[in-house]
Amino acid sequence: MLFGTLVYGFINSSILALLAMGFNLTFGISGVANFAYGAIYIFAGFLTWIFLNSIGINYFLSVGISILCSMIVGILVYQVIIIRVRGLILSEVMATFGLGLVIMELFRYFDFVGFRYTLPVFIDGSISIGGVYVDYQRLFIALIAVGMTLFLYLFTHHTKIGLSFRAIAQEERTALTLGINSDFYGALSLAFGSALAAVAAIVILPLGTIAVEGGYEVLINALAVCIVGGLGSTVGILIASVLIGYAQTFTANYLEPHWMILVSLIAIAVVLIVKPSGLFSHQKELEERI
Amino acid sequence: MMKKRKERIDRGIKARSEDIFALSSLREMIYLLIPRAIPVLGLLVVSPFLSAYWQEVFISTAIYALLAISWDLLASCGLVSLGQSLFYGIGSYIAGALNYYLGWSPLFTIPVATIGGGVLCTIFLLPVLRLRGIYFAMVTLVLPLMFLRLVEATRILGGTEGLTGLDSFPTQLTALYVIQLALLAALFGFRRIMGSDYGLIIMGINDNDRSVMNAGINIFWYKTQVLFLASAVGSFAGAFGTHMDMFAGMPGFALDYSIMPVAAAVVGGMGTFAGPMVGSFILVPLSEILRALGALRIVFYGLFLVVFIVALPEGLFHYIQRKYHQFERWVEVEK
Amino acid sequence: MNSSHMLQVENLSKYFGGVKAVNSVSFDLAEGELLGIIGPNGSGKTTVVNCITGFVKPDSGKILYLNQNITRWAPYKIINLGIARTFQMVRPFYQLPAFKNIIIPLYSPRVKRLAGGKYGDRDAVALDLLEEVGFERDSFVSYKVASALPQGYLKRLELAKGIALRPDLLILDELFSGLSLAEVASIVPIIEKLRFQGKTILMIEHRLKELFRIADRVIVLNFGEKIADGLPKEVLDSEEVKKAYLGSEEG
Repeated sequence: MLFGTLVYGFINSSILALLAMGFNLTFGISGVANFAYGAIYIFAGFLTWIFLNSIGINYFLSVGISILCSMIVGILVYQVIIIRVRGLILSEVMATFGLGLVIMELFRYFDFVGFRYTLPVFIDGSISIGGVYVDYQRLFIALIAVGMTLFLYLFTHHTKIGLSFRAIAQEERTALTLGINSDFYGALSLAFGSALAAVAAIVILPLGTIAVEGGYEVLINALAVCIVGGLGSTVGILIASVLIGYAQTFTANYLEPHWMILVSLIAIAVVLIVKPSGLFSHQKELEERI
Repeated sequence: MMKKRKERIDRGIKARSEDIFALSSLREMIYLLIPRAIPVLGLLVVSPFLSAYWQEVFISTAIYALLAISWDLLASCGLVSLGQSLFYGIGSYIAGALNYYLGWSPLFTIPVATIGGGVLCTIFLLPVLRLRGIYFAMVTLVLPLMFLRLVEATRILGGTEGLTGLDSFPTQLTALYVIQLALLAALFGFRRIMGSDYGLIIMGINDNDRSVMNAGINIFWYKTQVLFLASAVGSFAGAFGTHMDMFAGMPGFALDYSIMPVAAAVVGGMGTFAGPMVGSFILVPLSEILRALGALRIVFYGLFLVVFIVALPEGLFHYIQRKYHQFERWVEVEK
Repeated sequence: MNSSHMLQVENLSKYFGGVKAVNSVSFDLAEGELLGIIGPNGSGKTTVVNCITGFVKPDSGKILYLNQNITRWAPYKIINLGIARTFQMVRPFYQLPAFKNIIIPLYSPRVKRLAGGKYGDRDAVALDLLEEVGFERDSFVSYKVASALPQGYLKRLELAKGIALRPDLLILDELFSGLSLAEVASIVPIIEKLRFQGKTILMIEHRLKELFRIADRVIVLNFGEKIADGLPKEVLDSEEVKKAYLGSEEG
């Protein structure tokens, strides 16, 4: 039982980390609010489903086009909405959240509801690890999550684009004087964040069905992880995912599954009391705290 | 061809300032009275004559308007709430539980739920008050959604079915007047508060909180007070709604109650309290008329929210106010 | 330990990341003195003031005000004890008219206490205060929205916000910066009047000539350390100070 919990806890943590990463890239690292994140996640899922089932394209092509479309949606969100309220974070949040709502509820309205909406797994079958059966898809998710994390860490610390993302969040004016086009990189970060959402959707959704509620779940979970780990800190997201992920899995296996939500609530409450801007946040003393 | 520019000139009535002024003529008194008389008269006098169906819509609108006004108070202090449904849900459950388990009448459940809800919500959000802007918005967004799942999972307080068969008001008319008086009290009360020196502190906190700290004022304490006021009003709305529907349950934490006040404030104009009220009185009846579209209600609010934030950020009320106080004309650009 | 000094700063240190912004700085301030703090940019002057007023928590060291240890206290508590400070980058409430800016400090518990518990008409008090710092009574300048005022007026508004708190110790962070000679000349009498009223003043300044005319004593900071402490003339003659400001001869 313990070993199984450890294994599934790791998978759960990977899922949370994967969900939070795209959101963190845009909001935490680049300082651009994208509360339509959950909607884009669901959008990518449904789009892939449409390509696979209604139009009948092969898997890899569908996935590829979906990711591309998600990036385009991200860019559009920036060019149509964010650019007009750039810098007014709360307006960005409200506008993107409103848009996210519109997208998700439209899907619900057009009857994209039901058990037939599922995505196929990447690899079928399962493997036994130390007596515990884990399906390949879940392992695949863990693999992608780990890979993504490494990639993102290197990306934001060592590539020109990644560094530009961090620059526009930390000190936009200076970035501008250094020739970094804030709007271009803002749009790019939104595109990348959306692409990450799409990737997450494609590997995670096969575990269940594509449901509109999932979009809200994704946003809540991403927010919870970011609140606990600290916005902007890739390390923080990791630690927070592990903490919350394992706490959830232990609760589910040793107590009752429906207490799982309490875990996230308690985690947020504890963090708020102890270190409100997140465990690993880059706390700028004069800026964040009163 | 001469270039033209728009020139704005204040109207020739002196009683335009927000501060103290002397009313020296009937004309001035009427100028000031009319915008204030319209809501008061419109609501109190017209409402009893509406049909039963439209009275219900009216009451629903008033409930939403209370949430929107509560939102505006928080926003005036720099606290943007994306979860007004937290206040509604808590107020709703307190009143519902008191009525269901203890048999208290609405006369008692509503006041207790108002104060109790205010206290509880303030306690929940206290830790985030010490942080800047975005954290408050994030936490208020997440909390009601979590409470929703908490109730569903632990099945307390009626679980997914909620508490049904609660007491209602003696007559429809009673309900109608109670909610209207509450609405007007909140509207004019908050406007009065914000117009006083206390309101100046609140606006200062929104504008530049470190400067207010530097003026020897404990901003944490003032934020707490504002939070309590706003959450009490929101809880009142929830308690009232519970007795209107004779039901308290998970829908009390629904996204509807969170999004609509924000949309109303954005459409109507933030910071004026009258603006969100105007916004509510436009959006809610409109969404009723479009009821045939069913689930599209949220889409509707969302769309309004997005369009107005981007296109008319100042909101309708500011726009109308500007037109009322000034007139514009095209003037040739002088060399 | 009792001392006649109003303010005692002992071995104050503050690190920001790896940078030592303030490195074991100590100095005293006697009642009624006007002490100047000078030093090149980045020498830690504003950080010292931030530590004293509670906006930044020091990593080590003690700050004593009237023999009370106020290290790490919250800003509003320190200010209500009787210390007021102005900011280097002026921070008025831009959306509010000038006189309403003053009403906010008048609302603080300290002013209420000193005014005997009754507020009276804050508007009138605010307008009087503005007049004291040079806002012409007959013009509408006090009613103008702060965002419409030029820098000279904004600096004086900032000063008035400090004075409104009826402080015993007034800390001015680069009050003269950005002002013309004439504007500085018109503000100096206001400072002298404050001294005459018995207030203790701490001034961070870059404009040495104007500062040295009114300062009793001066301390010099460089790279977070105190390198001189004494009468203005003595400090000027010090080799270390000259090196700090002008750089040394070696390549």
